[in-house]
Amino acid sequence: MSIRYTFALAGNQNSGKTTLFNVLTGANQHVGNWPGVTVEQKTGLLIHHHHGEDTHFGQPSLFGKRRADKEENRDVQIVDLPGIYSLSPYSMEEIVSRNFITLEKPDVVINIVDATNLERNLYLTMQLLQLGTPMVIALNMMDEVRAHGDVIHTDILEKELGVPVVSICARKGEGIDELVRLSVKAAEEKRKTPPLDICTGAAHKALHAITHLAEPKAQAVGLSPRYAATKLFEGDEPMQQLLGLSDDELHVIDEILVEAETAVGMERAAIMADLRYQYIERALKKAVVRKSETEGESLSDRIDKVMAHPVLAIPMFLCAMLLVFWVTFGPIGTWVADGFAALVDSAIAAIGDGLAAANVAYWLQDLMVNGVLTGVGSVLSFMPTIVILFMCLSILEDSGYMARAAFLMDKPLRKIGLNGRSFIPMMMGFGCTVPAAMAARSMSSRRDRRFTILLTPFMSCGAKVPVYALFARAFFHDNLVMVMTALYVGGILVAIAAGAVMKHVLFHGDAAPFIMELPAYRLPTPRNVLRTMWDKAKDFIQKAFTVIFLATLAVWFLQSFTIRFDMAETVQESILGGVAGFIAPIFAPCGFASVEAATAVLTGIMAKESVVSTLAVLAGVDVESTAMLNALRGVFPSTAAAMAFLTFVLLYMPCIAAFASIKRELESRRWAVLAVLGQTGLAWLCATVVYQLGMLLGL
Amino acid sequence: MARENIAQLEPGESGIVDVVGGEGALHRHLLDMGLTPGVKVTLIRTAPLGDPLEIHLRGYALTLRKDDAACITLRDEEAGKA
Repeated sequence: MSIRYTFALAGNQNSGKTTLFNVLTGANQHVGNWPGVTVEQKTGLLIHHHHGEDTHFGQPSLFGKRRADKEENRDVQIVDLPGIYSLSPYSMEEIVSRNFITLEKPDVVINIVDATNLERNLYLTMQLLQLGTPMVIALNMMDEVRAHGDVIHTDILEKELGVPVVSICARKGEGIDELVRLSVKAAEEKRKTPPLDICTGAAHKALHAITHLAEPKAQAVGLSPRYAATKLFEGDEPMQQLLGLSDDELHVIDEILVEAETAVGMERAAIMADLRYQYIERALKKAVVRKSETEGESLSDRIDKVMAHPVLAIPMFLCAMLLVFWVTFGPIGTWVADGFAALVDSAIAAIGDGLAAANVAYWLQDLMVNGVLTGVGSVLSFMPTIVILFMCLSILEDSGYMARAAFLMDKPLRKIGLNGRSFIPMMMGFGCTVPAAMAARSMSSRRDRRFTILLTPFMSCGAKVPVYALFARAFFHDNLVMVMTALYVGGILVAIAAGAVMKHVLFHGDAAPFIMELPAYRLPTPRNVLRTMWDKAKDFIQKAFTVIFLATLAVWFLQSFTIRFDMAETVQESILGGVAGFIAPIFAPCGFASVEAATAVLTGIMAKESVVSTLAVLAGVDVESTAMLNALRGVFPSTAAAMAFLTFVLLYMPCIAAFASIKRELESRRWAVLAVLGQTGLAWLCATVVYQLGMLLGL
Repeated sequence: MARENIAQLEPGESGIVDVVGGEGALHRHLLDMGLTPGVKVTLIRTAPLGDPLEIHLRGYALTLRKDDAACITLRDEEAGKA
């Protein structure tokens, strides 16, 4: 099947773009990266839409009778552009978006606009219109506008903007048929968007002169002359380079602009921004009828009176975070995770019995059951926790609270050289480092992104909890809460210290400016939350059967065979045991120089929860048994040694899957390798300090 | 009392933007978010830890740091309480 049309979906953050994309494409989504940059690119095929009835917002369009027919649209591809506010050249998201529209030339740009926040949302619209690509505007959240008693005359807006305007409510699926129909129509007609004349006076004269000058070069590279001229007006360097302007030409343009700046009394970028906003204000005055001119206190304002209260905000924030942890790691999460783990275990046992009954060779049985299934199973059984964590994070994000959390946490994060936006990746780090590193993509500067990614592994990830739980039972009178609190806080303190050092050594200068919209609070839609959970689950299963599958094969091989490739009787005889025996003395200053501890550390690199299973396998006992606790007390002769081991597990290099994710997001193998070496060195140092202090205190 | 820039506003006070300062990306970002000369801005609150600020303009809420807000000057005229 070939693609007939490509639609690009463009809009501000928080405009409901993801919801619309999910509604338009359903399950047909593909998530990848834009070439060369770590900005997420989502594409999907348009699903069939028809209801055969009129939409709920019955204003006739200038661009055709409003009517929804039964139509097949399976050959339309939708590309979800990043959520952006402008087409300026300062962030990867904006550059990716403008390059896609101008170079890849989608058939139609669907611009989704938050109808409750028209003035600022239309600013991007004004810039998209200049690109000349056929365009349809989707006014989203019209239900809220109506509930507020306001009226938006879409026909007047269409006249002012020169393109079709459709009222929709993405979360309820209203107006989608009409949007699809008008978009397909726009693609069929290939109707170029007419240039809008937004300039007046001196600015108009200057823009006209620049357009005249740039026209041949713009046409040569296939750009709309108006768009090229506007960008040159704003002093846009990528556009100057793209057009290949000579120094003379640049000089002439500069002279024109200096003249305009003097006449208008503003700097060049400000003139253009001001003209766009003025045009929007004039258009909205004609098209929008507000119920009352005075803006009443909105629901969001009332919620923020509590959530951003000078005294209450921080306690509320801590409660929200505790709630997330309680749901994820507390009774609910544990119940789901245990049920799932039992299911996985019984499946593995059944397969094992089947293999035994079929008289399969012993080594193959061992490989299948103890190597592959147990390894993959142990990772799979961790999936519910990750999925529940992402459910919580997705609810926080969609509700608008994440932005408030960034608002609250900006000042302390700034102290260690980061900004409020780093909060979300850091928070995710407590769940899993893999998505945490990916979440750092939302930050516009590479410095901030790398800095954040380097610190996320210090947030104790969920896979380490089984290790903490086992040690709490063996050494700390089953006081898991105390052990976890100490380690989580410890990790944060180390991150703060490491951040302070890195700020001076690696990341000079300041973080990117922290300027962020605080979106209105909204109820998260189940569709989006479920979508996120499903995506994460799929991601996890994929990982379990690729990276971790291979890793478990390797570990099984290393711990089942001797150096002469004979089947090893005990792990101590195996290749893994040999390597562990070789490195074990390194841990002498940390108090756990045994082969068992070193083996557990090595397998922990595959997956942190393997630390527990390795210690159990080496002792030849069941993890849940009392014998296990005694065996553990044999491996770690003192409480100080146990504490040092936990410190090491908390801080040393993340698992293979996390390393792969970190490497991808840092965009550098060298950085990634240095990062894990640094973390492991730091872990050794901290473990040594803990052990030596512990011994001094007689623990 | 006339306020010279956004960072000097007290919660509940409004002002009219005069000149938007800042260099490069910061300058452009402020303009893109609607902080253009002549726009009315209301300071809603300061974050509990003292920074950043929450302001309302063009019908939406924006947060920015005091240092960045200080480079947006206000017109002399007093716009009064919001």
